[in-house]
Amino acid sequence: MSENGKPKFAMYWAASCGGCEIAVLNINEKILDVDANFEVVFWPVAMDAKYKDVEAMPDKSILLTLFNGGIRNEENEHLAKLLRQKSQILVAFGSCATEGCIPGLANFSNTDQIYEAVYESVSTDNPEHIRPQYYYDMPEGTLHIPGFYPTLRTLDQVVDVDYYMPGCPPESHQIAAVIDLVLKVLNGEAELPPKGSVIGAGNSTVCDECGRKRHVKSITKFVRIHEVDEIDPELCLLEQGILCNGPATRSGCNARCPTVSAACIGCYGPAEGVVDYGARLMTAIASVIDSNDPDEIDAILDGIPDPAGSFYRFSLPHSLLKMGKPAWSNGNR
Amino acid sequence: MSEQFEPVIIGFTCNWCSYRAADMAGTARIKYPPNIRLVRLMCSGRLDPTFVLKALSEGADGVLITGCHPGECHYLEQNYKALRRYRLLRKTIAQMGIEPERIKLVWASAAEGVQLAREITTFVEEIRALGPLRWPVRLAAIERQETAVAEEVAA
Repeated sequence: MSENGKPKFAMYWAASCGGCEIAVLNINEKILDVDANFEVVFWPVAMDAKYKDVEAMPDKSILLTLFNGGIRNEENEHLAKLLRQKSQILVAFGSCATEGCIPGLANFSNTDQIYEAVYESVSTDNPEHIRPQYYYDMPEGTLHIPGFYPTLRTLDQVVDVDYYMPGCPPESHQIAAVIDLVLKVLNGEAELPPKGSVIGAGNSTVCDECGRKRHVKSITKFVRIHEVDEIDPELCLLEQGILCNGPATRSGCNARCPTVSAACIGCYGPAEGVVDYGARLMTAIASVIDSNDPDEIDAILDGIPDPAGSFYRFSLPHSLLKMGKPAWSNGNR
Repeated sequence: MSEQFEPVIIGFTCNWCSYRAADMAGTARIKYPPNIRLVRLMCSGRLDPTFVLKALSEGADGVLITGCHPGECHYLEQNYKALRRYRLLRKTIAQMGIEPERIKLVWASAAEGVQLAREITTFVEEIRALGPLRWPVRLAAIERQETAVAEEVAA
């Protein structure tokens, strides 16, 4: 408890885009409840605070920490461990922290390839091929930047996590519902779910929330969304040959994307009980292909130009394999 | 490494055909290499790609999927689903840098003990030629690198 008697709240971003923070602010007037009921002690995107302030806090003094972003470098890992130590409840908030998300796609590549893409791409003016250095000697002393890890890891691959909140970003109505729940718990009106639960999401699939008409599926051709002249607004997108990740994806978003004729890309992560998101999606997608001939099956599958990227877009670091083979070779940093 | 590489292979068999073919191979004392560990499923259609990825991620060098010949599935057409999943899974792992040849689908009826033993022998040699995958060893090596980065910076 802080001096004013309020429980403490923190939010941190590691390897992420900042969309999660915007989603939190998008809960509109509910943010006033957060302020009324919590003392915000650390939230780099919203207020000034130093890491040493967090380091000085007593252990377990923060009641609730929402941690978004994956663990990509030494700084991310340090903050993950620090906030774990200082927090009673640590929530892996958003797809990056729970599954790796888009930054996790870098696990298909090794560090050299990542640096090449970042520092040598056609849009980058870098004639001297300058690369980041961990250490740089200045007259004033030695500077160092956080070490870059060979792969991205999820929060629970680095520290113990109490709850998972999926989504890229989590939907604002779900965030509001979770904040309501925490407030009820504080007032003794509700109990926290069991440790390790997925909160702020449903227990079913996106298909179950989707209002489109569904029939027995038999796909003879996969098309990309820009290749379709006109999308039937009522019919299941998968039945129209558009790769939709709904069958394997956890519900909770009210099927926002398919409702407006954009295929689900799976940001809410694996549905309840699914071990490997991509494998489950492969099971679902492949089984409805309408052919028994190996060559014809291959021809139909050619309509999915990037299967690994489509099936593991959000979940590669949390999948069974965790990375592509190129990530094995770290090369020269 | 002077010793010959002995691949670790997981084989998924169907209760109604290939498992019995393997059984028959055993009864008939037909030899096949001990590199393969057979797992019985009720049908090749039960084969979730999760099983294959779990096998590879935990140290298998190759995975053999076996089922009833086309048109002979005990559950009518689930082996076709296995076929489609197999084709998609191969494309996906190829993109992840894993040789798609590490996964193979073979049809074997309950009477084909000899043929199954031959397929297993062939597959073991194919994987031996590809060399070890050793995914868990690689993951551990990456973790050590991560620790090394942290220690290097802390030093």
